[in-house]
Amino acid sequence: MSMDAVFKALADTSRRELLDRLHARNGQTLNELCEQMDMTRQAVTKHLDILEDANLIATVKKGREKEHYLNPVPINEIAERWIGKYERGRLKALSDLKRSLEREDT
Amino acid sequence: MSKFVYVTYIRTTPQKLWDALTKPEFIKQYWFDMTQESEWKKGASWAMKFSDGRVADAGEVLEIDPPRHLALKWRNEFRPELKDEGYSRCTYDLERDGDIMKLTVTHTIEKEGAKFIEAVSGGWPRILASLKSLLEAGASLPRSHQAPQT
Repeated sequence: MSMDAVFKALADTSRRELLDRLHARNGQTLNELCEQMDMTRQAVTKHLDILEDANLIATVKKGREKEHYLNPVPINEIAERWIGKYERGRLKALSDLKRSLEREDT
Repeated sequence: MSKFVYVTYIRTTPQKLWDALTKPEFIKQYWFDMTQESEWKKGASWAMKFSDGRVADAGEVLEIDPPRHLALKWRNEFRPELKDEGYSRCTYDLERDGDIMKLTVTHTIEKEGAKFIEAVSGGWPRILASLKSLLEAGASLPRSHQAPQT
């Protein structure tokens, strides 16, 4: 479970989109995910395998299908590695500010 | 139903991981300074307590098979809006994967879009990261001693 695998998995727009889909609704099956993605079933399967190998998603068998769950544990490990214990509050304040300012623009 | 599944890989033994999940003095080191009390037998009561002794969450042991599987009936006891959502089910599954352990935590509750799941989902990744650090390096992470401010 190397950090290299996590960064490689994240370095792809489609895979980040899959994570966004699961963030919006956790526990989706391959069929549900395919409906929203503009790519072949094989391509989606391949991306999901890479995400699972990096431990960014966890799967649970349900009948003949598998449910996919976003697993934020490795992302948290990345954050813990570089974000000191005192910086969290300030970073949150900055990201809240960015979000509210960008909302005003649109 | 609201559900999440968290997976972490930890370089340790099944018994050490089991002890870390069930022994109060161990739990305290990586779980926001909280402890858990139970006789760890099927049907036994289970409670999670703040360091000042107040009960945070409570329930009972539903299934137990050391050092492989544990299922808890789990309800928040100190926030009325979360307590109202009723009991959740939390399971730990410990599997050996080569020379490391795979720990899967599944937390489910009947209600769709439950506030309870939202609340605990902020804590779990930090608890698991700190547990991993404690077992692999012998020290928990400093931030895991303060509960998330949400």
